Amino acid sequence: MAVTDVTGRGEAGPATIVELPEGVAVTKLDELVSWCRKNSLWPMPFATACCGIELMATGASRHDLARFGAEVFRFSPRQCDLMIVAGRVVMKMLPVLQRIWQQMPEPKWCISMGACASTGGVFDTYSVVQGIDRFLPVDVYTPGCPPRPEQLIQSIIDLQEKIQREGTLFCREFDAPSRQQPPMALRERGRGIRD
Amino acid sequence: MSHPGGLAHDEPWPYLWTMNFGPQHPATHTTLRLVLKLDGERVVDAMPDIGFLHSGFEKLGEHLDYNQYVTVTDRMNYVSPMANNVAWHLAVEKLLGIETPPRCQSIRVIVAELARISDHLLCLGAMGLDTGAFTHFIYAFNPREQISDIFEALCGARFTNSYTRVGGLMYDASPNAIEMIRDFLKQLPKTLSDMERLMNRNRIFVDRMKGVGVLSKAEAINRGCSGPIARASGVTRDLRKNEPYLNYRDFDFNVCCAEGGDCYARYLVRLAEIRESLKIIHQAVENLPAGPVNVVGTGPFFGEKTFFANQSRSENTDLSPSASRVILPDKKAVFSTIEGLISHFELVMANRGFRTPCEEIYCATEAPNGELGFYIVGDGGPRAYRARCRPPSFVHFALFPHLIRGHTIGDVVAVLGSLNIIAAELDR
Amino acid sequence: MMDSRVIQQLQTAFPNLTASEFRGQTRVVAPVESIHEVLETLKEKFAFDLLVDITCVDYLYYPDAEDRFGLVYLLANAETGRRITVRCFVNDTDPTVPSVVGLWKGANWLEREVWDMFGVRFDGHPDLRRILLPEEFTAHPLRKDYPLQGRGERHNFPVITRAEG
Ligand code: SF4
Repeated sequence: MAVTDVTGRGEAGPATIVELPEGVAVTKLDELVSWCRKNSLWPMPFATACCGIELMATGASRHDLARFGAEVFRFSPRQCDLMIVAGRVVMKMLPVLQRIWQQMPEPKWCISMGACASTGGVFDTYSVVQGIDRFLPVDVYTPGCPPRPEQLIQSIIDLQEKIQREGTLFCREFDAPSRQQPPMALRERGRGIRD
Repeated sequence: MSHPGGLAHDEPWPYLWTMNFGPQHPATHTTLRLVLKLDGERVVDAMPDIGFLHSGFEKLGEHLDYNQYVTVTDRMNYVSPMANNVAWHLAVEKLLGIETPPRCQSIRVIVAELARISDHLLCLGAMGLDTGAFTHFIYAFNPREQISDIFEALCGARFTNSYTRVGGLMYDASPNAIEMIRDFLKQLPKTLSDMERLMNRNRIFVDRMKGVGVLSKAEAINRGCSGPIARASGVTRDLRKNEPYLNYRDFDFNVCCAEGGDCYARYLVRLAEIRESLKIIHQAVENLPAGPVNVVGTGPFFGEKTFFANQSRSENTDLSPSASRVILPDKKAVFSTIEGLISHFELVMANRGFRTPCEEIYCATEAPNGELGFYIVGDGGPRAYRARCRPPSFVHFALFPHLIRGHTIGDVVAVLGSLNIIAAELDR
Repeated sequence: MMDSRVIQQLQTAFPNLTASEFRGQTRVVAPVESIHEVLETLKEKFAFDLLVDITCVDYLYYPDAEDRFGLVYLLANAETGRRITVRCFVNDTDPTVPSVVGLWKGANWLEREVWDMFGVRFDGHPDLRRILLPEEFTAHPLRKDYPLQGRGERHNFPVITRAEG
């Protein structure tokens, strides 16, 4: 163990540099945890419509989501930490979606895949929910109708970055006030009744 | 052995289990919900609950014009969007009385058959997946990707194509795309025989499929079945033969039927249909007629009494429009000539567009899943007054309780897989 | 020519039947009182054994329309593919037509859908519930006086935030 002057001011400060044995790295616990989390996302494919087929294509042979550590599709919400909402969500389906979201253990993230899940897409009709973010927290929006598999993979990579950047061991990042509120449009209009 | 509760063996069970299946379940593919009444493992009754994807397609059809609505039909049977595009515009053209040129018809046949192949591949793959054969699914997905590539070469979108237009197509098929189709025709048979060898005599698969979900011929007709499901029960009806649309008349192909009416028969019929589709595509590609893909000149539509969209009914006297009144002009013409631009706007602006007869028409095609028809009511304007879609999945899912009664709960996924229910088409 | 014979025979049996043709499709309009009989005759006597579709059109804003709802029955023969369209008209305040589930079991869901979307009641239907929309929905959305974007039903849900997750 060697003690050096790291302040550069000629004072023998308390700071020490510890020479680590080979194969040992030092990091913050938060970062280590985030690193683990981001590389083992277990998606819950909430595939309702056409986007679901592209989601299947993403998991199937050519695009192979396994390369990015997120291939373990689990159909039980209890085992998942990433919900991919692929396709339009309609009146009858929304309570189901919310229930499934609530059944997933923390920490959990949500990708809204495709125009319909994010905004209602081409279906500005009486029964289609105009964007699931009105009723659920969403982390990443994937544009496209349907998004290409590459795009979905990109949004998973983005989510991984996000997890690495702000993740903490006890998920304090989810407590931020900005994340507690529904999107702006809803806050201004009460329940989000647009028309 | 006596039952718990001190019942003797032959006494009836005092209660039945009720089990909820779906709407979020991997084997329901998308969003079907079943409430099963179980006696032990035996399904006594099943009550399908649908509408979890009802997004108002038909209402939307009353608010979009005949060319716009094709984008929505893409999303109807999203496993084979091309087949829907073709069906929709065939119906519109029938309403208008337009006959498309031979090249357009051949290309439409090619894309419709490619769509059939990709639909059947997904269905077969998913049947394998549901019964525990993941490899089968992966095998089936690879050619599907190839088909997506072909579609991308044809129209720029791999999935939601919107390839057809009233009286024609968005683009002509490029030589490159034709080459890709030829390649695909060479490669698919190998994959198919791989899939066949994997499953056709696989004990587990056959045991789970044979004798399960039997549908008799009489029931199939009484319940309005069509497509592979009816043909697996011995109904020989195939709209491509019975009432040939496009130029199916010119191709040599067989209608694939089976007698069994069970899940295995449906599996075999779908598999055989892929090979027939390959035959059709092969003939169509090799004999692709030259010439324009869009309607030119005049057809019967132009001589008939039809109405301007923005005129009252009494003014329908002067009617000698040219074909440009129906066909969206070439994009190049739109961007580089004033005439093209004007005729483009004449067609796409609100309150413009072409005129339709005040009439009603039903036009059906043989979609991968069965008879896909559109019932269109024209009111003279550029939008359909009513755009009803006759969805095969809707009719077929109604069969489900009939097919599953008496089988075990493990057969639920086998029967569902063999019916190939597409939720968006089911609920619209 | 086959069809004209069918029409003739039908018209002798049911005198107030009107027939027309458009682009090769034969269509008959029957009064609502005899619609069930007409369909039954077509099925039993003329071998239109396949019920392809039942649907409805709301003619509220249709130019020159006299009746509000037009029911459409599409029939076909499973062997030959011959088709016929049968129609009948009903009007407001509880439009009702007899159910054909007794003739074709496949009619069950199709009639439920028409009820759900248009509010046309089918007399004698075994289980006339909503099929596509939730049970608590009050309107019939394919009626022409219902707006495309609905009346706010699609937004009527609780919001889940991160904290409640
Ligand atoms: S975004 Fe497009 S592809 Fe995805 S579900 Fe909606 S309509 Fe389908």
